[in-house]
Amino acid sequence: MKPAGAAPRHPARAAVRTLTAQGWPARIAAILVAAAILGPLAAVIRHAGGLSGLGSGDIDALWFTLWQAAVSAVLSCLLAVPVARALARRRFPGRGLLISLMGAPFILPTVVAAMGLVAVFGRRGMVNAGLEALGLPGVTVYGAQGVILAHVFLNLPLAVRMVLHGWQAVPSERLRLAAALGFGRAEVARHIERPMLRAVLPGAFLAIFLVCLTSFAIALTLGGGPRATTVELAIYQAFRFDADAGRAAALALVQIGVSVIALLASLALTAPPAFGAGLDRADAPPVRGARVKDALVLGAATLFLLLPLATILLRGLPALFDLPPSILRAAGTSVAIALGSTVLTLALALPLALAAPRARWAEVAGTLPMTASSLVLGTGLFLILRPFVNPVTLALPVTLLANALMSLPFALRLLMPEARALRADYDRLAASLGLRGLARLRLLDLPRLARPLGFSAGLAAAFSMGDLGVITLFSDGQRQTLPLALYQLMGAYRMDLAAAAACLLMALTFALFWAFDRIGQNADPR
Amino acid sequence: MNRIHMLAAPLCALSLVSGAAFAADKPVLTVYAPEYFTSEWGPGPKIEEGFEKICDCDLKFVAGDVLPRILLEGERTGADAVIGLTTDVLARARATGLFAPHNEDISRLTLPVAWTDDTFLPFNWSETAFIYDKTKLSDPPQSFQDLLDAPANAYKIAIQDPRASISGLALLFWVKAIYGDQAEAAWEKLAPKILTVTQDWSESYGLFTDGEVDMVLSFTTSPAYHIIAENDDTKAAAIFPEGHYFLTETAAALKNAKQPELAQKFLDYILSDDFQGMIATANWSYPVIEKPGFLPEAFAALPRPEKTLFFSEDEAEALRAPATEEWRQALRR
Repeated sequence: MKPAGAAPRHPARAAVRTLTAQGWPARIAAILVAAAILGPLAAVIRHAGGLSGLGSGDIDALWFTLWQAAVSAVLSCLLAVPVARALARRRFPGRGLLISLMGAPFILPTVVAAMGLVAVFGRRGMVNAGLEALGLPGVTVYGAQGVILAHVFLNLPLAVRMVLHGWQAVPSERLRLAAALGFGRAEVARHIERPMLRAVLPGAFLAIFLVCLTSFAIALTLGGGPRATTVELAIYQAFRFDADAGRAAALALVQIGVSVIALLASLALTAPPAFGAGLDRADAPPVRGARVKDALVLGAATLFLLLPLATILLRGLPALFDLPPSILRAAGTSVAIALGSTVLTLALALPLALAAPRARWAEVAGTLPMTASSLVLGTGLFLILRPFVNPVTLALPVTLLANALMSLPFALRLLMPEARALRADYDRLAASLGLRGLARLRLLDLPRLARPLGFSAGLAAAFSMGDLGVITLFSDGQRQTLPLALYQLMGAYRMDLAAAAACLLMALTFALFWAFDRIGQNADPR
Repeated sequence: MNRIHMLAAPLCALSLVSGAAFAADKPVLTVYAPEYFTSEWGPGPKIEEGFEKICDCDLKFVAGDVLPRILLEGERTGADAVIGLTTDVLARARATGLFAPHNEDISRLTLPVAWTDDTFLPFNWSETAFIYDKTKLSDPPQSFQDLLDAPANAYKIAIQDPRASISGLALLFWVKAIYGDQAEAAWEKLAPKILTVTQDWSESYGLFTDGEVDMVLSFTTSPAYHIIAENDDTKAAAIFPEGHYFLTETAAALKNAKQPELAQKFLDYILSDDFQGMIATANWSYPVIEKPGFLPEAFAALPRPEKTLFFSEDEAEALRAPATEEWRQALRR
């Protein structure tokens, strides 16, 4: 064992040693995640005494799920490119705030999102009121188009952020060089933008495809009827209404299978970025022209993403101060759980992301939770724990774990491109300096990853806030979270209070997200 | 109390023993109940207060998915009794063999249908109905047939998915009870008027109160909430001469209850004047024993259907799958 700081004679061999040293946390994280996802599935299959066959309704559900997820993901990615491009090359007051605000729909609890979308696009919504005022025929949002609209609304923000991160990761030297060489827009597109998109878009597509694949509640209010049945809903029905755990498990396996195929396809399509390291000088050179186009793109995206949020705010404000103390307590519980699950998410995501550039298994393990049905997860965990301990006493740790698992794939996907660049650009330098272990983590990895880490933390906190307590089997009926209280208010006819609770939920969720996102951006040395 | 619990939860999770030490002085009756039950807007707190006055015990509601939990726990369930089982799950609950007879005199019940079940004890009831706003809908349908025959743009309604919601399933049986073999044709006529199908009753009802739909599938007792709690008499149930479908929630004791006497006492309490007199406004539904004064005036004045439709447990269980498929086929076109 060499004393720390001594220059190794063989940089390459030292780099390998660093890797294996860092591989252990990743291995532990990967095994933990795989066990937490596959273990419960196995437990459900065992409980059911095997898998049972799928009905024609299940096949319909699978087909609908696949095509709506694909269309939603393609549309989100296509629309994200001009928006991210405009954000990357324009500087204007309030730009940072706009970037943060535009992330909001992605973190919106789904029940709240549906309220906002109906207020804008519904039968009595603004769009139809506007069309009517102009003497034009109205449009209906209910149907497959509603599901896709909802999914684009929810996921466009993620795609924009991923592409924007891609732009920001292009060293400004490359852009300066392009300007010095007199590149026109076509050449910039060919030599800088397209390679960047090849590296970023498959990951964005995959993330959104998988979100839409396991989508449950949101899609269905706007889906209009049984045409819009998703696999996740079919799993729910198999469990709750048919008590057919075997069919639920079979559907969960199909869902995992489809997800893994999508994951492998996206891996095959992803091109590694090849810009190399820069000197981290801020401010790309200003881009001439296209000013009007960028303004239009940003204006349209802002309206589309923020109008539904504004309607939720307006609807909820009047009753905000009538909310009883129990709602505030529920809000406190939700925030506490969100903070805990954020820490756990990062603890799992960071080692996996650092290992992912060299180890495909890390990426697969980290993506696994996105493919899992939360209902199967909850039931399986219950079956596993029940012989040893009263599951109710584990409500808190299980909730933390489930929430962290759900956020992990997103955190991983956000961290990976930067982690890959980090490996390619700095591994040799770090090795020649003998920088490894915790020192490397503190001086190199954490600062370089600050931006996606902050964003990931914000997402993890936000997801946890919006979580409806999928683990209702573990509920002790005492500790109430804000989304659960919101549903109880709606279930007890208190629609005005529910709107106020939705407003509070949205505000708290966004505040947490914004705070973490800001911390990350401020900690970025660039 | 709640805040202390919240802070204490992580600690309790670590030590099982500490939780048991608190309530050692009084016996604990554990009752599994649906999630909606235990919030301050549900009937749980009032029931707990009323029962603890007479039982010299600690009534503990465990909120969550009642039957799925019992099915997973089997013989070793921690529940002494359950409350809130709806009729659609009774056949499956009965098949577990985990429940004990209720030993109550059910001839006292004043339900609109004959109830002979000796295991599951009803504690409230209502009927399916379409709710509308009198100020917005001047010509509500006068009958179910009227609703089917109305032009596509006459009304837009929100219903619930029979595969995920009890009220949605009740609508399926409602249509089946009226139209029998013609149910699929009836669904085809209703389909153009259905704006959307939600997973949950509350999402549908939210669409209605926000004015997005003209009518919503809910209960004959829904207007009572608006009249009594909100002083708003604009919401009404469209009453149809063909009849309305019956819904009830039940309670039952477990065979393996650790506190069988308390569980029995709890079932006795359900039929007491104290419980039945308070359920109307606690749960916005009718009590199963109606005596003068049990219903507030406005509640008692609600229009009631002349006919109540209801399938026996076996009929309902046999109809569920084919009727759901019929519904799915008619609405996917």
